[in-house]
Amino acid sequence: MIFVTVGTQLAFDRLIRAVDEWAARSGEVEVFAQIGPGAYRPRHLEYSDFIAPDECRERMAAADAIVAHAGMGTIIGALELGKPVLVMPRRADLGEHRNDHQLATADRFSTFGGVQVAADEHALQARLDAFGARADQAPIGPYASDRLLGALSAFING
Amino acid sequence: MTRARRPQRILAVASSGGHWVQLSRLKPAFEGHDVAYLTTEPGHRREVGSARFYSVPDANRNAKGKLALATAKLVWIVLRERPDVVVSTGAAPGYLALRVAKLVRARTVWVDSVANVEELSMSGRLASTKADLCLTQWPHLAEGRVAYEGAVL
Repeated sequence: MIFVTVGTQLAFDRLIRAVDEWAARSGEVEVFAQIGPGAYRPRHLEYSDFIAPDECRERMAAADAIVAHAGMGTIIGALELGKPVLVMPRRADLGEHRNDHQLATADRFSTFGGVQVAADEHALQARLDAFGARADQAPIGPYASDRLLGALSAFING
Repeated sequence: MTRARRPQRILAVASSGGHWVQLSRLKPAFEGHDVAYLTTEPGHRREVGSARFYSVPDANRNAKGKLALATAKLVWIVLRERPDVVVSTGAAPGYLALRVAKLVRARTVWVDSVANVEELSMSGRLASTKADLCLTQWPHLAEGRVAYEGAVL
């Protein structure tokens, strides 16, 4: 199963449409998408506008692979679960976000094992063909670096 | 972890989504203290165990009435909690909490999201002039009052 999420705040129809078109062609693969406040209604995959945090975590854990916007909640969540994640950054010029920070975020995180980046919907569809077969990664630990925790702890204990 | 002289009352604030996920990764730094959490999604309650938990509506600039209500609720929560320390990983509600925290003389920490690779977030830029400690998660963004002390990953 592929779990698709665009977060809860903003629509990302370009991503949902690309996955929907791919699902129509590929046929076999089960896909569930959390589509947010988008206008595009997928026809070839199961979807929900919003899901609760618990359900999101459960669906991520149960998925073979995750496809998402380049949001940190999804990227970190996938790394914590050791799931391969394919992200497509939102673009400000298409009204998909307030600025283009997801382009830079995606670029930096593409160096993490398990995170793949598709620049646009064509690259996304091309990547999807091989993506579901990817193996899980070693999960990252649940907490921040010792250095950051130490700095915070020192500040709190002041 | 350095040991506390005495337990501090901490208010940990983050919007739902990536900000909340990053705040959750800071939990070991809160151990031994009295922590309350404030976010924008009531569904996160079960992730905080026995800690106090509050949620406010996730209002944006487009919904003025809702924003006023969310702001009022947030101010009330911060004043009632009377924290010694406020920690936020963003976004707007965290910045607001940090400003209100100054009214009760709390010490404040801002940890800018790891998503902000090229520049600090708008909330982060505002927070950098107000927080007692302002951290970026990217070494190349450390400058002036903004320090780098590692990342949530």
